[in-house]
Amino acid sequence: MRVLQRSEHLLEVKDLKTYFHMEGGRTAKAVDGVSFHIDRGETLALVGESGSGKSITSLSVMRLIPQPPGDIVDGSIKLDGKELLTLSDREMRKVRGNDIGMIFQEPMTSLNPVFTIGNQIAETLIKHKKMTKKQAYAKAVELLRVVGFARAEEIIHEYPHQLSGGMRQRAMIAIAMSCDPKLLIADEPTTALDVTIQAQILDLMVEMKEKFDSSILLITHDLGVVAEVADRVMVMYGGQIVEEAKAEELFTNPKHPYTTGLMGSIPNIDGEVERLESIPGTVPPAHRFPEGCRFAPRCKHVMEQCTQSNPELSEVNRKHKVRCYLYEPAGGEGGHQNGTDERKTVRST
Amino acid sequence: MEQTKEKLLEVRNLKKYFPVKGGILQRTIGHVKAVDDVSIDIYKGETLGIVGESGSGKSTLGRTILRLLDPTDGNVIFEGNDISSIRQGKMRQYRQDMQMVFQDPFASLNPRMSVGEIIEEPMLVQRTMGRKERKEKVVDLLRKVGLPPEAREKYPHEFSGGQRQRIGIARALSMNPKFVIGDEPVSALDVSVQSQVLNLMEDLQDEFDLTYLFIAHDLSVVKHISDRVGVMYLGRMAEIGPKERIYNNPLHPYTKALLSSVPVPDVKRRREKIKLKGELPSPSNPPTGCTFHTRCPEAHARCKTERPELVHQGDGQYVACHLYTGGA
Repeated sequence: MRVLQRSEHLLEVKDLKTYFHMEGGRTAKAVDGVSFHIDRGETLALVGESGSGKSITSLSVMRLIPQPPGDIVDGSIKLDGKELLTLSDREMRKVRGNDIGMIFQEPMTSLNPVFTIGNQIAETLIKHKKMTKKQAYAKAVELLRVVGFARAEEIIHEYPHQLSGGMRQRAMIAIAMSCDPKLLIADEPTTALDVTIQAQILDLMVEMKEKFDSSILLITHDLGVVAEVADRVMVMYGGQIVEEAKAEELFTNPKHPYTTGLMGSIPNIDGEVERLESIPGTVPPAHRFPEGCRFAPRCKHVMEQCTQSNPELSEVNRKHKVRCYLYEPAGGEGGHQNGTDERKTVRST
Repeated sequence: MEQTKEKLLEVRNLKKYFPVKGGILQRTIGHVKAVDDVSIDIYKGETLGIVGESGSGKSTLGRTILRLLDPTDGNVIFEGNDISSIRQGKMRQYRQDMQMVFQDPFASLNPRMSVGEIIEEPMLVQRTMGRKERKEKVVDLLRKVGLPPEAREKYPHEFSGGQRQRIGIARALSMNPKFVIGDEPVSALDVSVQSQVLNLMEDLQDEFDLTYLFIAHDLSVVKHISDRVGVMYLGRMAEIGPKERIYNNPLHPYTKALLSSVPVPDVKRRREKIKLKGELPSPSNPPTGCTFHTRCPEAHARCKTERPELVHQGDGQYVACHLYTGGA
């Protein structure tokens, strides 16, 4: 057995740049200088709207970016101290499944329709854990029980189309957990599911994380889901991280105008607002980011310097980072009241 | 706000069954009861929200009301006229007053037609306006939904999802309807854009004096926009009433579970959830009695055999549950 040097962070991503080369010589900077880390046992949420680069970030970590047209042009991704970007395809295949488990949004497209559920779980175990077929099937039944199937012995002989959406996602989690991964990457795991089923799957993910002592990178657009499970949150916009904080800090004290705008846009089921806040315009495409701050054209607090240069992601305090001139010591004087204060909250009777 | 209690639309015992074919002769071997005996009233100027999980029949309800699907049984009465059994040709006359906004702005606009043509088409079909009048109306509608007049020369692919949904709304409004059904109109949109479209729909409601039937799975969105809310489960109405009652004082165990499952974007209020066992049963073979009894935390013997009717519980809140009709 190789003794692994336990580095401080489980996953450490530094200055990741994933570009897509498009027709006509244009370049889409889908992920543009993203740095973050995940600690052991931590659940980190990556939040953003479509086109923000959150899924490309997670696909880059797994090295599943189609090349060409995609290209990881710069950066470093270290899992447990081991650089992933320099691994050969063969070595990377070992990491995927073994060290990193994955769950995707649509379990119908990520499960193979022509193989039984048992077959798909056993395949991973035979490949990665060098088990015999018999051992692997026994383990598959055990895993299906763990993720909540009462009739696991029957399910291993069934095909994905025989299962409902929630059951497929459970099977997907069983596959992801089969090799005891250190990191579970979940890309919109509950977006296709109904709320009552979503609640079951979120609970299951947290339970699995504790049971297998792993960390989670959760990619989602749903701030409700984030508040439910995340320890720490990063908000992405235009291929960059614009805000990062502990979950509690972010939800009680959001700073970036994009984050506050996003929070104001969501109708609240507990309170009531007469009119929702909205962010004008749409997310810019990755090949046409504006000069300066990428949120500037939609920002209601835009200042002259915002259109000239892009602010750095800098600390406002020890637990909170923001990419905005309003909070830079040299920039906005005396800071700025965050937008949520402007919402008129009227309690319904 | 004082509600004018004038009924615009009455739905009476509406049923929509889809046949299930099977065997080598493709004979009908059963039915999917997508909408099973639903009765609702929709009052002038209000927004009635319909929530439910996938498979609850909420979209089929909307489509059957508009006669995009022919009802199996029951009546739809619009301004006193029964439109559930009239010929499609005659129905066209009522379609001026009843319009629909669809979920997927990428599938509901013809990619080969310019935006101007798309918005103008209903006016052409109804033959009520001259050419010049139609063109003016298109520009006017574009302005009302927040798009520049130049947009009429462009094609749907040149617009983002939110802008396309604005085009879909402009088309729905082109005949000056009284009643608009929105079938998940904001579900495909990002949150920042979703709120733009919700605000627009509210503004247009005031301006054109519209009545909405707003169908969605997102309980927070439905709460925001609706005056009254109906909760559907397996083709039936489980509970319906003013939104304050439904959200603050839900009675049906399904409504309670549904509300407690919604993730709230607030870490301090991670709430205790009512866990529902299992998933929605197949609508082709629904459970007997109360269709919710297989997942209900409070089910008792009577629920397995006897179907509960909607019973008034005060303040316009109706619930179909035996817990409120003298217990077991």
